Amino acid sequence: MTNPGPAPDLTPGVPTPSTTGATTDPTPDARRHGALGALADRKKKRIDALAEAGTISSEEGVSLWQSAWRRLRRDPVFLIGAVIVLLFVLVAILAPWLAPHDPRARDLIGQVTPATPIPEPQPGYPLGGDNAGRDMLSRLIVGSRQTLIVGVLATLGGLAGGLVLGTLAGGISGWVDTIVMRIVDVMLSIPSLLMAFSIAALFARPSQWTVILAIAIIQIPIFARLLRGSMMAQRHSDHVLAARALGVRRPAIVFRHMLPNSLGPVIVQGTLVLAVSIIDAAALSFLGLGNPDDSIPEWGQMLGKAQTFFNTYPHIAVYPALCIIVVALGFTLMGESLREALDPKSRR
Amino acid sequence: MKNRSVGALATTAALALLLTSCAQSQRETDDAGDNGDGATGTQSAGGGAEASDATFVFGAAGAPTTFDPFYASDGETFRVTRQIFQNLIGIQPGGTEAVPELATEWTSEDGLVWDFTIQEGVKFHDGTDLNAEAVCANFERWADQNEAGQSPSGAYYFGNDFGFGEDSLYKSCEATDEFTAQVTVSRVTGKFPMVLSQASYAIQSPTAMDQYKANDIKLEGEAFVFPEYATSHPTGTGPFTFESYDNAGGTVTLARNEDFWGDKAGVASLVFKIIPDEAARRQELEAGTIQGYDLPNPVDWQALKDAGNQVLIRDPFNILYLALNPVADPQLEDPLVRQALYHALNRDQFVTSQLPEGAEVATQFMPSTVTGWDDSIAAYEYDTEKAKQLLEQAGKSDLTIELWYPSEVSRPYMPDPQRVYDQVKSDWEAAGITVETVTKPWAGGYIDDTQASRAPAFFLGWTGDLNSADNFLCAFFCGDDNQFGTSAYDWHGELQDAIRAADAEADEAKREALYKELNTNIMSPEWLPGLPISHSPPALVVAANVQGMQPSPLTAEDFSTVTITE
Amino acid sequence: MLRFIVRRLLQALIALFVLSVLLFAWLRSLPGGVVSALLGERGTPESAAKLRAQLGLDDPIPVQYWRFLERAVQGDFGVSNGVYRGQPALDVFTQRFPATIELSFFAILIALTFAIPLGYFAARRRGGVLDTGSVVFSLVGVAVPVFFLAYVLKYLFAVRWGLLPPSGRQTVGINATHITNFYVLDALMTREWDAAWDALKHLVLPALALSSIPFAVVFRITRAAVIDVMDEDYVRTARAKGLTARTIRGRHIMRNALIPVVTIVGLQIGALLAGAVLTEKVFAFQGIGQALAIGFELRDYPVLQVLIMMAALIYIVVNLLVDIAYAVIDPRVRL
Repeated sequence: MTNPGPAPDLTPGVPTPSTTGATTDPTPDARRHGALGALADRKKKRIDALAEAGTISSEEGVSLWQSAWRRLRRDPVFLIGAVIVLLFVLVAILAPWLAPHDPRARDLIGQVTPATPIPEPQPGYPLGGDNAGRDMLSRLIVGSRQTLIVGVLATLGGLAGGLVLGTLAGGISGWVDTIVMRIVDVMLSIPSLLMAFSIAALFARPSQWTVILAIAIIQIPIFARLLRGSMMAQRHSDHVLAARALGVRRPAIVFRHMLPNSLGPVIVQGTLVLAVSIIDAAALSFLGLGNPDDSIPEWGQMLGKAQTFFNTYPHIAVYPALCIIVVALGFTLMGESLREALDPKSRR
Repeated sequence: MKNRSVGALATTAALALLLTSCAQSQRETDDAGDNGDGATGTQSAGGGAEASDATFVFGAAGAPTTFDPFYASDGETFRVTRQIFQNLIGIQPGGTEAVPELATEWTSEDGLVWDFTIQEGVKFHDGTDLNAEAVCANFERWADQNEAGQSPSGAYYFGNDFGFGEDSLYKSCEATDEFTAQVTVSRVTGKFPMVLSQASYAIQSPTAMDQYKANDIKLEGEAFVFPEYATSHPTGTGPFTFESYDNAGGTVTLARNEDFWGDKAGVASLVFKIIPDEAARRQELEAGTIQGYDLPNPVDWQALKDAGNQVLIRDPFNILYLALNPVADPQLEDPLVRQALYHALNRDQFVTSQLPEGAEVATQFMPSTVTGWDDSIAAYEYDTEKAKQLLEQAGKSDLTIELWYPSEVSRPYMPDPQRVYDQVKSDWEAAGITVETVTKPWAGGYIDDTQASRAPAFFLGWTGDLNSADNFLCAFFCGDDNQFGTSAYDWHGELQDAIRAADAEADEAKREALYKELNTNIMSPEWLPGLPISHSPPALVVAANVQGMQPSPLTAEDFSTVTITE
Repeated sequence: MLRFIVRRLLQALIALFVLSVLLFAWLRSLPGGVVSALLGERGTPESAAKLRAQLGLDDPIPVQYWRFLERAVQGDFGVSNGVYRGQPALDVFTQRFPATIELSFFAILIALTFAIPLGYFAARRRGGVLDTGSVVFSLVGVAVPVFFLAYVLKYLFAVRWGLLPPSGRQTVGINATHITNFYVLDALMTREWDAAWDALKHLVLPALALSSIPFAVVFRITRAAVIDVMDEDYVRTARAKGLTARTIRGRHIMRNALIPVVTIVGLQIGALLAGAVLTEKVFAFQGIGQALAIGFELRDYPVLQVLIMMAALIYIVVNLLVDIAYAVIDPRVRL
C-alpha cells in the first residue's frame, strides 16, 4: 500500500507462505522422525522459519533491525497492534490508580437480589456491578493487570522451559539433542489446548498458578524448538567460530554469543504466545479449571464465570470478552507484522 | 413470536390453574374422549386431560444412576423412579406429612410390631398382584443384600436407616393375611415407619425382581454394575411404566400406565431429557423443546416468569451451615470465639442478595417444617461490635482463622459457594478477624478434608429426606468423628445421649419436646458447634401450558397430575 | 515397509503402556476422588472408608494398576462410576465419539466451503478491499474465544430468533433409529428424512462456532498458497500460452494450491477436538468433550482413562497412516 519497501507480495498482517507451511514436502526432520513429526510438521516449519529469520537478521547486525523498524513504523497493522498493546500495558500498570473503586469491595451488594443479580449502571459506576455487587469498570481495569500477569508469566514460563530444553539441544547437540527434540516433537504434536485442559485438570487444587503453569507447559516445546533452530543456525556462523577459535568455553559461547542473537525470534513468538495464553486462560476458566477465587479479577475468569448470566445480562460476558478479543488481536497484529519484518523472504 | 403471545398465555395459564384445581375432583369420572385440537386451553385443562396423548418433556440436570431406587441416593434417579413406583407410605402432595399410598393404614401398639394394611386391587406393571406377600418380599429383599448391595454406594438408605446384619433395625415381615403385612423392628425409633416414604423404599414387583435378578448388584473393578432389572426392567405400581433409556441421546422415556389403580396420568408419555448445562436447559424451555426443568438458576426466575413460564417454588427443606471444628483449630474450643464468629455474620444481607425469594435465615440446624423445630430460638443478631467485644473477652482480638469453601459444585442449599464465602469473609474482616482462604474442589479434597476434621471453618449443607429431626441432627452430630469435631467439647457425651434418647422415644409429643430441647441446647451460647446460615428454596419451572405440577419440599413431585394444553 | 509398520506398532504399544501407567498413577494420587463424588455430604468417615475398601482404592497403586491391566488385556476397561454408572467405560467412548466426529466433520466442511473461495479471491486481488477485509476477519476470528462465539451464535440464532435448536443432537420424540450413532448418517441410511434434517439443524450452530478454528488457518493457507503458485513459472507459461483464465484457475492454480490445504486440514483435527470440548459444553452436545467434563466433575477415572487412551490410540494410528501415505505419495521419503 503506502509501503515503498521491497516487499511486493505482502499485505499487512498476513504471514508469508514460507512461515505457514505452504509447501508440501515434509521437512527432513519429519522424514526422520516419522509420524509424530509429520503431523507437527506445520507448527515446526513455522517455528523453524522464524528461528532462521532471526538469526540472519542478527548476522547482518543492527542494520537489519533498523530496516525492520523502518518498515514497521510505517506499517499500519503494526502500529494498531502496538498502540493496543501499549494501552493495555499502561492500564495494567496504572490499574490501581485508574480504577475508581476497590475491585473487591462489594459496594453495590445492597442492590443485588436474585431477581436483579446485576446492578445497573449508575453514577459512579458507569458499567454497573457484577453479581457480588462489585464495580464492573474497576474489575475490568484491575483485571487487565491480572490478565497481563497470566499472559506474561505463562509466556515466560514457557520461555524458561524452552530455554533449558532448547539450549540443551542446540548448545550441546549429539544424543542430548536427539532425545530432547524427540520429546519436544511429541509435545508439539499434541493439540495444545487439549494438553492444557489435561494438565490443569490434573492439579489437585486449581488456582491462578495452575492456570499459568498449564499454559506455560504447552508453550515450552515451541520455544525449545525455536531456540534450538536458531542456535543450530548459528553454530557455523562466523562469530561463533571466532569465539571457539579464541578458546572461549562452550557454555560461554552458548550464553554470551548464541543466546543473545536468538532474541529476535523469541520476541516475535512471545508476542504471539501472549495472545494465545490469554485466550487459553479464558477457556480453562470456562471449563471450570481456572482459578476458583474471583476476588482478584482476571478477564478470562470473568468471562468464564459469566456464562450463567449470558441470556439475561449478556453485557457481563461481553465486556471481558471484548477486552480479551481486542488485546489478543493487538498482540497478534504486532507479532505477525514483527515476524514479517524480520522474515528474510519478505526482503528479497 | 413467543414474546407476543406471552400475555395471552399467562392469562390462560392462570385461568387453567384455577380450573384445574376445581376440576381435580371430577377427573375420575370425567372421560371426555376427544382431546380436540380446537379445544381452548381452559377447556382441555379440565376435561380432555385424561385421554390426552401429549408428551411432557422435562429437562433433568443429570442422568439417573439406575432405575432401581433401592440402589440409589440421588435426586436425578428418584425423580424418575417416583413416577414408576409407589411406596407403602406416601407423602402429602406439596408437603412433608405421611399419607396412605400402597398401605391404607399402619398401626402399632408398642412401636416394634407394625401392621400395614395393603391397598386392594393394585397390580404391578407386569400383572403381578400387590398383596402382603409381595410387600414382605420387598422387605426381605432389602435386608438380604450381598456385599456390593450393602455398600454405601449400593443400598445407601437402607444401610443408613436400618443397617444390615445383626444390628439391623429390620427384624421380620410376615403376611398375616392377604392384605396385612406385619413388620417387626428391633427397636423403637422415631423415624419408623416414616422412613418408608423415601423413594428408595419403593415397592417393586417380586416376579420381575426374580426374573431379572434384581439383587445381583456386583462390584467390578472400581465400580458397581447393576443387574438387568435395574437397568431395563424396573417394575412398580406407579402411574407410569418404564419404556426406554437412551444413553447416548440422554433421554428416559416413560409411558402412561393405562391400568393404573388410581387417577391415570394426564400425559401419555413422559420424557426426561438430560441437559447437564443449566443455561442450555433454560434455552430449551424457551425454544419450546422441553416443557419444564428442575432447579432453574434463581437469577433466571424473574426472566422465566416474564416469559410466561411458571416458576414453582418448593418450601425450603434444606440447610446451609458454617461448621466450626475445634479438632482442626483448637482456638474454636472457646465458646466466646464461636459466638463472636456468629454475631459477626450479616446473614440477612446474604439471604436477600444471594438466595432466591422464599429463602430464610436459619435459627437452628433444621428447617421450620420439621417436627422438633423450636420457634422460641432467636437468631443470633448481626452485631459487629458485640463480636469484637466477645473476641476481646476471649483474648483473641487478633484472631486468624482458615475459611474453606468448595469449588466445582452447586448445591440446592448453596447455589454459588463463592458468594457465601465472600459474605462471611467480608463480615469477619469487618470484625477485625484475619481470614485465610482455602478452596478445594468438592470431590477433589473438600469432602474428604472437611469430614476428616482438617478444616477449621467450612460450608456444608443438607437436604432433608423426610420429616424427621433425626435425619438432620444425626447427619451432623452423630458419632465421635463427626464433621463438627464435637468430641473436643466436654458436652459431647451429653449431645450423643440426647440425640439417641430423642430418637428412641416412642411417644410423638414427647419426642417433639425432646428435639426442641436438643435444638435449644445446640444453639445455646455454650454449645454452638456451628452456625446455621440459611434455608434456600429450590424451584422448578414449567411452561405456561403445563398444569397440575405440584412442587414438593422433598422434591418428590408427582408427574401424573400434569396436563398439557396445546 | 512392513518392517517399518511393525516397528511403529511396537513403539505405539510401548507409548500407550507408558501413558496408561502415568495416567493411572496420576489420577489416583489426586486428593478426593470417586468416593467423595459418590457420597458427597451424605458420606461419613466410616462409610467413605468402607466404600474405598470395597472399590479397592486402599490398595497400593501398583496393585490397583495390575488389576486394571489384567482386565484391560481381556478387553475390559473398567466400569463407569459416574458418566454412565454401572456400564462399561468403553461404551461412553463408542456412543459419544461419533457425535464429536460428526461435529468436527461439519466444522471442517463449513470452514472449507467458505475459506477456500475467500482465500482464492483474496489472493487474486491482493491489497483489495476483500483481501484486507478477510485478512482482518481471520485475525479477529483467531482472537475470539471459541466458547464466546458459540454463546453469541446460540443467543442470536436459537434464543433470540428461534431459528435453530439451542442444544443437544436431536429433538426429543423424533422417531430415529440409531445404528452407528452418527445421527445424520443413521437417518440417511434408514431414510428417515425428518430425523436427518433434525440432526442437521442441531449441528449447524456448534459446527459453525467450531469452524472458526480451521477457518482462519485454511483461509490463510489458501491465500498464501495461491499467491505462491501464481508466481510459479508454469502458471506464467500457461498464461503466455494463452490458456483461458478458467483453465489456468482450475488446472494450474487451484490444484497446486490445494495440496497444502489438504495437509493442513489433517493437522487441524487435534485442534478441532480441543475446540469441540468447548463447543459441546455450550450446546450440551452429547460428545466426548461433554463426557470428559462430566467425568472430571464426578471423578470417573475408568471413563477418563478410556477416553484419553482412546484419543492417544487414534492419534497414533492416524499418524501412522499419514506416514504411510507420505511414503506412498512421495518417493523421496524412505521408511
